[in-house]
Amino acid sequence: MTDLRAIVRTLRWRIAAALVVACLLAVGGWVFAQDKPAAPAAPAAPAAAPAPPPSKPDPAGTATGGIGDVTAKTAGKPTLEEVADFAGHNRVSINVMWTLLTGFLVMFMQAGFALVETGFTRAKNVAHTMMMNFMIYAIGMTGYWIMGFALQMGGLGTISTMGGTGLLDSEFTISLFGKDFGLFGMKGFFLAGSTYDVAVFALFLFQMVFMDTAATIPTGAMAERWKFSSFVVFGFFLSMFTYPIFANWVWGGGWLSQLGKNFGLGHGHVDFAGSSVVHMVGGVTALAGAMVLGPRIGKYNKDGSANPIPGHNIPMGVLGCFILAFGWFGFNPGSTLAGGDLRISVIAVNTMLASASGAIFAMFYMWGKYGKPDPSMMVNGMLAGLVAITAPCGFVSSFWAFVIGAVSGVLVCWAAVFIETVMRVDDPVGAIAVHGVNGAWGVLSLGLFADGTYGDGFNGVEGTVRGLFYGGASQFAAQIIGTITCFAFIFSASWVFFKAYDVVFGMRVSPEVEMEGLDVPEMGAHGYPEIQGPATLVHAMGGSTPKPPAMAMAPERSR
Amino acid sequence: MKKIEAIIKPFKLDDVKEALTGAGIIGMTVTEVRGFGRQKGHTEMYRGGEYTVDFLPKMKIEIVVPDGLADKVIGLITAAARTGSIGDGKVFVEPLEEAVRIRTGEHGDSAV
Repeated sequence: MTDLRAIVRTLRWRIAAALVVACLLAVGGWVFAQDKPAAPAAPAAPAAAPAPPPSKPDPAGTATGGIGDVTAKTAGKPTLEEVADFAGHNRVSINVMWTLLTGFLVMFMQAGFALVETGFTRAKNVAHTMMMNFMIYAIGMTGYWIMGFALQMGGLGTISTMGGTGLLDSEFTISLFGKDFGLFGMKGFFLAGSTYDVAVFALFLFQMVFMDTAATIPTGAMAERWKFSSFVVFGFFLSMFTYPIFANWVWGGGWLSQLGKNFGLGHGHVDFAGSSVVHMVGGVTALAGAMVLGPRIGKYNKDGSANPIPGHNIPMGVLGCFILAFGWFGFNPGSTLAGGDLRISVIAVNTMLASASGAIFAMFYMWGKYGKPDPSMMVNGMLAGLVAITAPCGFVSSFWAFVIGAVSGVLVCWAAVFIETVMRVDDPVGAIAVHGVNGAWGVLSLGLFADGTYGDGFNGVEGTVRGLFYGGASQFAAQIIGTITCFAFIFSASWVFFKAYDVVFGMRVSPEVEMEGLDVPEMGAHGYPEIQGPATLVHAMGGSTPKPPAMAMAPERSR
Repeated sequence: MKKIEAIIKPFKLDDVKEALTGAGIIGMTVTEVRGFGRQKGHTEMYRGGEYTVDFLPKMKIEIVVPDGLADKVIGLITAAARTGSIGDGKVFVEPLEEAVRIRTGEHGDSAV
């Protein structure tokens, strides 16, 4: 008896909780039993008269939604005009919904980047690497809202898939060879005034997360030695200047997009979802930054040979890659800015096929050349496939999508080793090889393999988009011009920025900080306090012992 | 009393522990350590580059036993930890001056 009482006393909360749960289940079960599902309703007859409001539940869903749901002055009897109005509103609604939802997916790619970059760097720098990836989201967004969006999209003209209100109508242009060269937009600063508009806001969200993708790429190549303060300034620089200006040239109605209209070069520089605008910009910025910053201590020996510095958490990197691959279903199919453009199914399939072939060919390349299929390179291979298919995803067949990914899988392994051992640029996560090199390959591959099944009227040029192998030599020329322009503009602007900042303020942490790990000196906190020696020692020796939680010190009850 | 210190391959820890507990040894201390002997280190690959790992992970077991048991324990450890390949580890034995059980204050053999 005493035993039973002791058990009841120690477990009384659990017993009470179990009783409550049991009561809830009993009540719920009774309610559910009363609520028998109705027989599936017959599909609504093509109603001449307005259907009466359904009084029965519709578990099959065939009777829900009909003529009575069309907004009309006389309910159930819409005029043709009212039906057309409704159809137009629905079309734009679907497109805005699609743009927003895919934008949300792209936003989540920030998490993928954070995990890949942190997993492929060392444990002593995790808080620093993670927080660069975290804060770029906030910093980039702020800079883009202040002026980046206005420079990029201020002269776009009509957003045709989202209602065509044409509020973004101010592009700064210069005249060369008798043609207008759009250089940057001038409307939409702070999203204020006449750009306070649903279509513009949807476009802002989508373009903002794209810009943030580019902005978070250099943090990987420059990880483990970059001063956090310098990174913060860079975040504003990229989101307010370099990215928006190049993006304006390609997506905002600027001069690269008009090469077709003005000079007969295909459809101008075509980049469906941003192999050049997003990835190559990020990768080339990463190259300039990593060159100015220099390699990590211990990366290169005196004779110039490179030492591998293994990342601390491969599972983290692989999870990040999967999150990125998932987010890419927003990145590429979302770039139609139209859920009603059913090409999205082709785009989505092309995207996943290229990611598969990228990973497979990276695996075989590393296996064949170095004896083992390197995990981090297989991850890079999948990402390279995704980067490369980003520009051509809307314009190629599934066969070419697979080939484009396969080439990028090999290209990324070769480029990563080339950048490390020949160029002697230290890129801990392979960002330059993945995004820079394969971004270039992506836009060029569009100029080779676009098969002429899509893109009628793209960039204001009649006819579909055709690459070199489908009779579109001038399209390939436009892609080459776009690629060279991207490299030249982004590299020089970024290099000058980094160099100037380095000379004036210094970009790099001191060697002591780098050896100790950036977490405590730069961020004030270890990423993994329990396994990072110095902090543990400090605690143990009473340096900064935190107060133990009260519970731990309280004597055990009821004994 | 003798203090026996065995450095073994990590995956042999369970075998050794079971051999010892089966023979009535009731306590031991285990530490993850790194080191090398004749085995030297080994090379690994990362992103196409080769690097050497000099200090290999090993397990160190420390056991204190009365003098009479020492030979038996050494035999058990050697048998359980052996794979026959290089890198199986070593056993070191040293005399121990004193042992105290903190809870009761017992000294010597009765404390281990």
